[in-house]
Amino acid sequence: MMAWNDIVTIVLLSLGAFLALTGSLGMLRMPDFYSRLHPAGKNDSLGQLLILVGLCFQVEHWSHGGWLVASKLLLISLFLIVTAPTATHAITKAAWLDGLRPWRRPGDPQGDFGGNQEGDDV
Amino acid sequence: MESFFVLIMVVLLISILMTLVRALLGPTSFDRILSVNAVGTTIVVAVAVLGFLKGRPDFLDLALVYAMVNFVATIAILRFVERRDLG
Repeated sequence: MMAWNDIVTIVLLSLGAFLALTGSLGMLRMPDFYSRLHPAGKNDSLGQLLILVGLCFQVEHWSHGGWLVASKLLLISLFLIVTAPTATHAITKAAWLDGLRPWRRPGDPQGDFGGNQEGDDV
Repeated sequence: MESFFVLIMVVLLISILMTLVRALLGPTSFDRILSVNAVGTTIVVAVAVLGFLKGRPDFLDLALVYAMVNFVATIAILRFVERRDLG
């Protein structure tokens, strides 16, 4: 059987790659801009954490420079944890301030948001 | 382990291609900005995996720099779209 760190790496990388794949599939299939924010923003934020932590278990020669590789991996992961959701929020806010509104079915009793919808000529 | 890394790279590249299709299709410009940001984040992870595949730890510096460039570029593009000026 393989060593324990190989098994942990395989599990974490598989989960992370699955999240990345379903995130991009959601980007293609979702009907509206505000719906597409969910797969784009969330899946990559968690998937990158799982993949980069899974790669930490593959580092060799820990005391001879391996700790530097692991700390770089965790630094990349920390940076992406902070900035990927922030960028998604900034995109959402820019779209809202530009007048784009979520799609509502015509005749919905909750009423329309007003503003532009996708596909309007602004 | 090497062949497993190759499989992960293939899955990540398929994911990048699908997100790029949304960048081409997306009716609004915000769809395109969102998709390019997501591609940038996935590329960072793919470069890190590629570094481990090739056995060169130097690729991690590249991934870190591109993560920063991607974030600053997204914020700059949004600022330009909002104000029509970068200043």
